[in-house]
Amino acid sequence: MTLTLGHFLTLGAMLFAISVIGIFLNRKNLIVLLMAIEMMLLSVNMNFVAFSHYLGDMHGQLFVFFILTVAAAEAAIGLAILVLLFRNKSNINAEDLNILKG
Amino acid sequence: MSSTLSASMLLAVPLAPLAGSVLAGIFGTAFGGNKFGRGVSHSLTILGVLLSFILSALVFQAVVNGGARFDATIYEWMSIGGVKMEIGFLIDSITAMMMCVVTFVSLMVHIYTIGYMADDDGYNRFFSYISLFTFSMLMLVMSNNLLQLFFGWEAVGLVSYLLIGFYFKKPSAIFANMKAFLVNRVGDFGFIIGIGLIYAYTGSFNYGEIFAKLPELQATLLPGTGWLLLSVTGICLFIGAMGKSAQFPLHAWLPDSMEGPTPISALIHAATMVTAGIFMVSRMSPLYELSDTALSFILVIGAITALFMGILGIIQNDIKRVIAYSTLSQLGYMTVALGASAYSVAVFHLMTHAFFKALLFLGAGSVIIGMHHNQDIRWMGGVRKYMPITWITFLLGNLALIGTPFFSGFYSKDAIIEAVHASTLPGAGFAYFSVLAGVFITAFYSFRLYWIVFHGKERYDQNPDAHHDHGHDDHHHGHDAKPHESPWVVTLPLVLLAIPSVVIGAMALMPMLFGDFFNGVIFVDGSKHHAMAELAEEIHGWVPMALHGFTATPFWLALAGVVVSYVFYMVKPEIPATIKTASQKIGLYQVLEGKYGVDWVYENVFARGARVFGTVFWRVGDQALIDGAVVNGSWKLVGKLASVVRWFQSGYIYHYALVMILGVFLLMTYFVWLNK
Repeated sequence: MTLTLGHFLTLGAMLFAISVIGIFLNRKNLIVLLMAIEMMLLSVNMNFVAFSHYLGDMHGQLFVFFILTVAAAEAAIGLAILVLLFRNKSNINAEDLNILKG
Repeated sequence: MSSTLSASMLLAVPLAPLAGSVLAGIFGTAFGGNKFGRGVSHSLTILGVLLSFILSALVFQAVVNGGARFDATIYEWMSIGGVKMEIGFLIDSITAMMMCVVTFVSLMVHIYTIGYMADDDGYNRFFSYISLFTFSMLMLVMSNNLLQLFFGWEAVGLVSYLLIGFYFKKPSAIFANMKAFLVNRVGDFGFIIGIGLIYAYTGSFNYGEIFAKLPELQATLLPGTGWLLLSVTGICLFIGAMGKSAQFPLHAWLPDSMEGPTPISALIHAATMVTAGIFMVSRMSPLYELSDTALSFILVIGAITALFMGILGIIQNDIKRVIAYSTLSQLGYMTVALGASAYSVAVFHLMTHAFFKALLFLGAGSVIIGMHHNQDIRWMGGVRKYMPITWITFLLGNLALIGTPFFSGFYSKDAIIEAVHASTLPGAGFAYFSVLAGVFITAFYSFRLYWIVFHGKERYDQNPDAHHDHGHDDHHHGHDAKPHESPWVVTLPLVLLAIPSVVIGAMALMPMLFGDFFNGVIFVDGSKHHAMAELAEEIHGWVPMALHGFTATPFWLALAGVVVSYVFYMVKPEIPATIKTASQKIGLYQVLEGKYGVDWVYENVFARGARVFGTVFWRVGDQALIDGAVVNGSWKLVGKLASVVRWFQSGYIYHYALVMILGVFLLMTYFVWLNK
């Protein structure tokens, strides 16, 4: 079976879907939330690389670097927020963060 | 005296009492700071009415002797679309006569009040009200258009309400004044419909313009019905007159109106306000001549009132109630005359009745103050020894009322009886029977009252309620409840009213009924309604009529009434007692006591029904529907919706993130679909 563009796009979509599910099905662990967000970014990277390879355009791979950079920065901030949160609440239960409840 | 009437002189006639009323009402009461004392108040108001009376007399002179007439608009106060609303005066013979009667009786009542209301706290307020009444009544009679007549009509109704409820702390007085106003309002409803019909078909409120257009409306039918327009209009206007002039069934307010002080019973409920309806129908005589149906209706209603109200006067024990029922009965007589197309006779009776009925009421008031505010005739008796002037004037008034030949009442009443006899309208037979029977009944109850109060054994010391008013009575002589004659301010009006009660009938008979007094004012269609023509053949002068009267049926009926009442109440009082017990056994007495059940119907069907209606609207409409469903329901609905929508605000950011992602997904699907 030959791998076509479609397969890679499907893989990216599945990764994205898994990570979206991971965001809201997750109740116990904030780190899982951060990992899911990273995985969403990763699936988008996958899409970019696949398009870049199959369409022969280097710009796709170039853009992946930007995304990786931003992802790293954002992960750092996310972890910093997580540490502060842990200091205040002594646990990282996602289901305890409902002060915005209306 | 010049033969022209100036607008400013005519304006002064109603405005002088108004000025007196306003000044006394504002500065004489707490409203304006009690600046005027009693002397100033009564002087101002009496001056106003006196000026009015003098001017009215001059006007009457000018109209009768100089042939003057005045018909003009003074001021147009509003014009909406094509509808013109004006203040205007129409002064002709009937107006001039009414002006004189109103101002004279009002002046007498003003002077009388000085004595009657001497120890009342509301003295100044009373004078203000009776002057206001004089103003309203004058505006009514002097008007040249239906709208101003209606203004005067409503205003006299208002002042009547204020005066009946003068003792506003008494619950019965408040009940009476509400009753008067509401029953009057029912009549006014018909009146407004009549005015509306007239305006719709003639385009004007002005009498002259209306009468000019009437002949072409003779055959017009009311749209949607088979009824003649003029008949319906006539009946609607008469319904107004029924309310104001207390005809059956809108008569219920007048006996209750005796709650007011006696001077107003004399002024309003005998001489002037209740005659406004009669005046209005006479004024609209061109319209009524064109509708036999309306005339028949008037005839029958008047006859019912004349007969049945008179019967009720027989069983009353309150001196004022007897005279009130007498007024109702006599108003019925006037109405019957109107129905027989004898408008001038009705107005003639209006005038004579004004004088002797006011005299009787004021005389009753004099007796009441003489008996230390007792009004029950069972505790009077032998009063003639203590109050001679009151006695003589009361007797003269009574003789005039029952129709003794040569007295004023004889001429007008006999003319009415003859006119009804000559009428051929449906209902005339019943009307003739009623007015004849009424003569006997009138004589009977009038002289029953007279014998019981002025003759016989003195019973003033047997009154069980006698000491109620004596605690604060500062003019009783020790514990002596003996009656005493009233002061001159009370007896002078009695004397002054007794004079016209005796002579005015003889003086006015020929000129008013058969001369050209009412030429151009009252129209009678001689071809259809020949009552006046037949009267003209029979009546040739006041002396022949009086002499002939001694041989006519009404005189014998009246004499029988006097004799029977003497026997029943002076010689053999057991007879009326037996009749009373017998009638109580068969229930007749209870029917009379309940005033034929009319009051019961009004209180339990209409008043209670209206209150039930109101309660239903309040509980169901207001509380349940508007407050409950609409006002409360709307926020409850919003609350329920919000409690459902609230679940979306879970507080978890990842839920919000999910929703955002789903939303983006849906939008993209939508756009992809669009661009397919």
